[in-house]
Amino acid sequence: MRQRLRSLIRKEFIQITRDPRTLGLIIIIPVMQLFLLGYAATNDVTDVPMAVYDLDQSSDSRALIEAYNSAGYFLVTHTISSLDELERLIEDGDVRVGLLIPPDYSNSLQTGQPAEIGVIIDGSDPSVAKTALSSTQLIGQAFGAQIQEQKLIRSGMTGFTTQPVEVRTQVWYNPTLEDAYFMVPGIVGMVLFTLTSMVTANSIVRERERGTIEQIIVTPIRPWELVVGKIVPYVILAFINTGEVLLIGSLWFHVPIRGSLWLVFGLSGVFLLTSLGIGLLASTIASTQQEAMLIVYMIFLPSVFLSGFFFPIAAMPQVLQWISAMIPLRYYLNIIRALLLKGVGITAIQEDVIALAIFGLALMTVASLRFRKRLD
Amino acid sequence: MAEKLLLANHISRSFGALQAVKDLTLQVRGGEIFGLMGPDGAGKTTLMRMLCGALLPDSGEIHIDGVDMKRFPDKAREAIGYLSQRFSLYEDLTVLENLRFFAEVRGLDRHQWQPRTMEILEFVGLAEFIHRRAGNLSGGMRQKLGLATALVHHPRLLLLDEPTGGVDPVTRQDFWQLLIRLVREEYVGVLVSTPYMDEAIRCTYVGMMIGGELVLEGAPDQLLKEMSGQVLELQGSPLSIWRRAAAKLPGVQDAQIFGNRLHLKVDQASLRSVTRALKRTARQEKLNLIRIETVDPTLDDVFIRVLSRHMDTSDLHTQTGERHA
Repeated sequence: MRQRLRSLIRKEFIQITRDPRTLGLIIIIPVMQLFLLGYAATNDVTDVPMAVYDLDQSSDSRALIEAYNSAGYFLVTHTISSLDELERLIEDGDVRVGLLIPPDYSNSLQTGQPAEIGVIIDGSDPSVAKTALSSTQLIGQAFGAQIQEQKLIRSGMTGFTTQPVEVRTQVWYNPTLEDAYFMVPGIVGMVLFTLTSMVTANSIVRERERGTIEQIIVTPIRPWELVVGKIVPYVILAFINTGEVLLIGSLWFHVPIRGSLWLVFGLSGVFLLTSLGIGLLASTIASTQQEAMLIVYMIFLPSVFLSGFFFPIAAMPQVLQWISAMIPLRYYLNIIRALLLKGVGITAIQEDVIALAIFGLALMTVASLRFRKRLD
Repeated sequence: MAEKLLLANHISRSFGALQAVKDLTLQVRGGEIFGLMGPDGAGKTTLMRMLCGALLPDSGEIHIDGVDMKRFPDKAREAIGYLSQRFSLYEDLTVLENLRFFAEVRGLDRHQWQPRTMEILEFVGLAEFIHRRAGNLSGGMRQKLGLATALVHHPRLLLLDEPTGGVDPVTRQDFWQLLIRLVREEYVGVLVSTPYMDEAIRCTYVGMMIGGELVLEGAPDQLLKEMSGQVLELQGSPLSIWRRAAAKLPGVQDAQIFGNRLHLKVDQASLRSVTRALKRTARQEKLNLIRIETVDPTLDDVFIRVLSRHMDTSDLHTQTGERHA
């Protein structure tokens, strides 16, 4: 039995090395995804181009413009002299935000009246627009408070310069709200999921497609030995991938690894049970490699979108949240994010670990039961 | 009497509406080469796959060297060497790696597989190609490697599914020499399916499969003897008209064209009358007749006669795809 298993694994490794292109892809894909998603899939909005229509032309209005410009979110790229011009700039996509300062802005400030300013936002890209909307309000409020404070100081009421309620926010684990912190652990999960399930499914279906399974069938290899022999090499590859993503994530994107590495790899192993199970299951259904790919893809897409990889689960409609509970990747993402960013121990994530283990065992059991050493 | 290495008892298998193998019974003994003949789609591959345990029969029993295939498949398979119709070794592994893999999973340890693989490679004539990848071997060499892997664990029964399909005549010759040596020296039993009639004569026993059934079986000599003195060979032209004319004569059971000759299966009692009638036809219809005489039957005569009889009756339409699995 041990010899059979060893021979199977050895054979699988020889085959992997005989196909250097596929091996290369398996190694490179995670790096590629990491860099693509680490940079591209970001909600950080900075340097949004802004046009300013300043009808006041006073030192007060210039201070306001400077407040917007220096906050980092906006970059004043155009100074304009009509609303038509603003419309054209937004239509052409040259600016995303327009700041309108009315002629009586300075006057209102001096006389203690509420001064109004207008902000026009291009809403065609909602994610940019939302951030722009909240940032313009925040900057405006902060600036307003500052003016009030200065006024009070000038009128000698120094005792009341503090605001009645001051909200001091403190963001834990990711104080600068770096998207990469959120993305990198997610990519570990996605890479583990896609590569292992696809590669496992394919390598088994290939035996059937090329007819080699017929020769395997007449040997005393047990079905489970075939399964394990197929899986072991890809588990090793998957762990190499995990290490790879973590290494680049921490060296390049400075993602912290606060939890225990043993837990990270151990629980990744639990997650691998589910993706290997899915790959195995796909291989028992599919008769060609193409079919196997499509089956894995069918599971992959909802996994990515409903697991909380891109979109927060809490923001999903109730029905999708229920569906999301059926997606193993979701639990793994919770686990790996908690382990890397919060540095928690296993008790903090035990519910996710249990859910993941149940999925893994169930999938492996179903797949192994379906796995037959026969042609029909 | 030699022991029964393979015993298939009333086995059947269907794929949906198609009954690929119908209530088939056959046996193979040690030292025997059982040649399984039959047109494409006769169910030969399905039968082979059931015999090696790759497919389950819907009904019936299979015993390999006394072991029930259904109850102890892995034990039963220990005695089997199987060569499938399609090349089914790893093309990205070398000749040696393939052999080693199959030797090891068959339970041979290092001290056993090393001398054994060299011995086999020597035997099949691949010794100088051990480091070549299987995918780069020619068709004939692939089949020899297939035979080598099938033989690596000293099986007592060889199941060979069209082993010489698409292989050049010289290699076919080699291949059969190997088989005959194996049977003689190691006393293995062989069940070999082949589309080539000329390979049938080398078998100790042949069976003809049509529409999933074994419609004829026997030792080649026996089959030939049963038909001897009943075959008239006619040379002349045009053969197609000769054939039609001959088929109408009383006493002619069957008329088949082989190349430039016409073979007639005739009742022994009617030999003379048929010969006379044909000569008369030549004069009356002004047909070219070069020669007409009784000849010794060949296995082609036997098989084609069986085949045409079955085709006429019904079974032609059941001849659809063999590769349902």
